[in-house]
Amino acid sequence: MMGSMVRPLSAAVVLTMVMAVTAAAQDTLPPLEQGVRIGITYTPGVRPGMLVLGGERSVRLDSARAILARDLDYSDGFEMITLPMGDSPVLSIDTPPEFAADGNGSGPFVNYALYAALGADYAVNVHAVVDSVVADTALSDSTEVDSTLVITLYNVRGEMAELELRISVDASVESDLRMETHRAADAVVGSVLGSPGIAATSLLLISRGRVYQVDSDGARMTPLSPPEANAMSPVWSPDGRRIMYMEFLEGRGVLFEQSVETGHRGVVPPTTEGLNFTPTFSPDGQSVVFARAGNDGTHIFAYNLSAQCCLQRLTVGPLWDNLSPTFSPDARQIAYVSTRVGLAQIYVMASDGTGQELFAPFEWGVTGSSNAPEWSPDGLNIAFHREIAGSPQVFVMDVATRDVRQLTSAGRNEDPTWAPDGRHLAFVSSRTSARQAWIIDLNTGRVRQLTRLGEARLPSWSGRLEKRNN
Amino acid sequence: MRLTLPLSLGVAVVLAAAACGGGPPPPPPGPDPDSLAAEQARRDSIAAEQARQDSIRREEQRREQERIARERDEAERRAAETRRVSDALARRVHFDFDRSNIRAGEDTDVLEQKLAILQANPQLRIQVTGHCDERGSDEYNLALGNRRALSAKQYLVDRGIGEARLMTASMGEEQPLDPGQNETAWEQNRRGEFTIVGGGTDLRMPGGM
Repeated sequence: MMGSMVRPLSAAVVLTMVMAVTAAAQDTLPPLEQGVRIGITYTPGVRPGMLVLGGERSVRLDSARAILARDLDYSDGFEMITLPMGDSPVLSIDTPPEFAADGNGSGPFVNYALYAALGADYAVNVHAVVDSVVADTALSDSTEVDSTLVITLYNVRGEMAELELRISVDASVESDLRMETHRAADAVVGSVLGSPGIAATSLLLISRGRVYQVDSDGARMTPLSPPEANAMSPVWSPDGRRIMYMEFLEGRGVLFEQSVETGHRGVVPPTTEGLNFTPTFSPDGQSVVFARAGNDGTHIFAYNLSAQCCLQRLTVGPLWDNLSPTFSPDARQIAYVSTRVGLAQIYVMASDGTGQELFAPFEWGVTGSSNAPEWSPDGLNIAFHREIAGSPQVFVMDVATRDVRQLTSAGRNEDPTWAPDGRHLAFVSSRTSARQAWIIDLNTGRVRQLTRLGEARLPSWSGRLEKRNN
Repeated sequence: MRLTLPLSLGVAVVLAAAACGGGPPPPPPGPDPDSLAAEQARRDSIAAEQARQDSIRREEQRREQERIARERDEAERRAAETRRVSDALARRVHFDFDRSNIRAGEDTDVLEQKLAILQANPQLRIQVTGHCDERGSDEYNLALGNRRALSAKQYLVDRGIGEARLMTASMGEEQPLDPGQNETAWEQNRRGEFTIVGGGTDLRMPGGM
């Protein structure tokens, strides 16, 4: 139902598209989450106008506003309203809105008429309050009182505050401020569009043989795997707490499972022999399915991580290779690559290895090889890349209809990975020379560059990263 | 050696005296020209014997040195042969884009050479590592490199080499020989490499090579 509302938009946006995305409505949004209100219904071709208000200036406040504005922009769900000089209207009264308490109207004067005149359907304000008024936090017995950021979403047409979020963070920890602000942005997106944003996520990628982690806005590029090694195939666990990747070791390929928090890593036991690669976690995080190249070609195996047992082979056949498994979100099926027809194409099977069949249709002798499938988090699509005139291009297949459409055409574009909203894809592109990670919004076709490294390969997008309870 | 001679003579005198029983010791012999001559003759004979022994020893040393030199030459010859065989083993096979079949011609010649070397050196074990050019998919290339290694291995197994002597590995596109982005570079990079994993310290060149 949401899908029909989301379409390619203005001419300016379409200009950034490399290839026109078909105007067909996409049913890619997951079912509405409980407790999230839809603030607006918008007509095709028009996105709600979003204004991030200015205010009192401090490093934290300015940072939070900038991060919030960027996250809302990157959600591709809004027309962001910016004023000359980057200035923005300011709430005229610095009293915090107390609408949740007694609603007696002692809040600030919110100039809805001005915001509406600027084209805003929504306005977001960020201000700071002193934490001493918050009694139930550990900070209250601290002598140094920290401040809390309050983020308020105003519905301009409804002339009311729609959502209020509080971020209580240690000012000395920049990463906490970043991630908490990302989570607030995701909640704002969820409140307006019915499905949360994707700012509080992180991507893995390979650069110069090393696994890196980078926030969805390109910040905090951090190496996770040791230097002086050659790693490939990084992937997140569904809860975002663990990662897995392959490292070359004396002609073999060993899978390592690593805690993101502690950095501690261990070898996945059955992968000490052969060349093991393209691991993927099962949706419950209990098992790993991966490819192993050995004496009878490359085949897909499953292994129970939590029970540390039960290596099971899912594919057979001495004449062809099988690799790059990806689970459907309901864990019932696995899409994968098989060279059964002589060149790599996308296949599907039940997760126990039965019922293997061609998945993405292709034309014999015409269609190029197809690789690197990833099932979308909503289960509705498969993204993969396919050779077109000697270069890989990103494709998406509708699982229900098996219709395939091409998303990219400039340079090499490969190894797509889904954002948790099922609407954005990260992929590797050589469009500006060196391979970098880029992000495309399937609904608008807008493309942005995520990384500026020497090279970036094999991205893997996390789910939404929940706050740790520690 | 000569310094110890008078001492041993003295010991002999004492022993001779002891052998005469409990009688009083005879007076020490005076200078006797005969015995002096005999002593001289004896010393001469010892010196001659010594010279003879020395000469034998020198001859033995010479022969030993010759033997060592011969062995060194032989070891060097064999080391050189081992190097030549290793160099021959290092010759690569190449593949067509996205293919893993062994092409008749230069590549089968290379593999026939490996076959002869493996037959002439039954202790030798090797690894074939498949490599790819950068154009294919990064992860798919790991499978393709493995296929390439397997095809080279199969060629040798089909001709009688035991499977246990042939290991395989794949590096996909991760170790290009030539980082260029053109057909010449790609052709170099689509390859099978052969490395010795065991029994490679003393290799025989097969006949006819």
